[in-house]
Amino acid sequence: MQMAAVSEQKSGFKAGIKAGISIAVGYLPVALTFGLLAKTTGLTLFESVLMSLLVFAGAAQYISLSLIAAGAGAAVIIFNTFIVNIRHFLMSASLNEKMEPETRAKKSLYAFGLTDETFTVIATREGKTTTGFALGVMLIAYGSWVVNTGIGHIIGASLPEFLQQAMSIALYAMFVGLLVPSLKKEMKVAYLAGLAAVLNSMFTLTGLLDTGWAIAASTLISAMAVEVLTGLRKGAALK
Amino acid sequence: MNMVLIIIGMAIVTYIPRVLPLTVLEGKELPPFFQGVLKNIPYAVLGALIFPGILFIQPDDIWFGIAGAAAAFILAFLGADVMIVVLGAIAFLSVYMLMGG
Repeated sequence: MQMAAVSEQKSGFKAGIKAGISIAVGYLPVALTFGLLAKTTGLTLFESVLMSLLVFAGAAQYISLSLIAAGAGAAVIIFNTFIVNIRHFLMSASLNEKMEPETRAKKSLYAFGLTDETFTVIATREGKTTTGFALGVMLIAYGSWVVNTGIGHIIGASLPEFLQQAMSIALYAMFVGLLVPSLKKEMKVAYLAGLAAVLNSMFTLTGLLDTGWAIAASTLISAMAVEVLTGLRKGAALK
Repeated sequence: MNMVLIIIGMAIVTYIPRVLPLTVLEGKELPPFFQGVLKNIPYAVLGALIFPGILFIQPDDIWFGIAGAAAAFILAFLGADVMIVVLGAIAFLSVYMLMGG
């Protein structure tokens, strides 16, 4: 009985907050710089924080700043935001397989907190994931994103140069830290990540696809190809 | 005011891909092949999120990215917790920068 209570706590809101701390650290330099850039682009403190509060999507927010600076119209900015975030369709569908059954109202709530980072932290957990855990991860990531946007705008500076540059590794290091434990356990994970990494490098380095499309395309192709191959191998084993 | 409207527009188009699959697919049993594909996505997306981006965190110095990637992968393969991998890679690159690398 006690054991059950402990393990339940481990997968709840508090555990989510703890698992989300590495995202909060990783968002710190990115959000500070966003606040700073938004200021130099001419956004007020209110507008900058409002964007982080309502949009909560790093890549899209950065791109919107360069479009605003270039004098692009509202339709172009909004269309580009949509394109950059198309990959979230895949992540949302994948997350749906991972999450415990829940009312659509609550799912609509935590769907807002889906980012590349919150998705990977939540989806690489073992077994089904609780709504509380997802909310915990998302809340601390969101808090860091919004608060640090404001701080970046107000102090008008980012971290000391060397720390800012060193911290640019943070989110990538987190992805590595999430990937490797599964990689060590299962060869299939190595194929999935390896193929997607090669495809994404090809798509972006040749300039064939923009980053948003490249991540979505390489992820989908890799996930399908590996699934077909494992299916064939199972079929062959049965014969 | 115009800026606020742009932000609201951005918020709506960002929310759509986040919310549609999670709510539309709730309680639906997909064919096994698609379930398999969706379960593969977290690991595939990690590969795409890491490469090639990690190599170019400092666009004019690819060695910076390679050093950071090496630190992260080594720590992770040694079994370090995600937070240790993150802080360790930051610490390693801070030293790399301060040493004038």
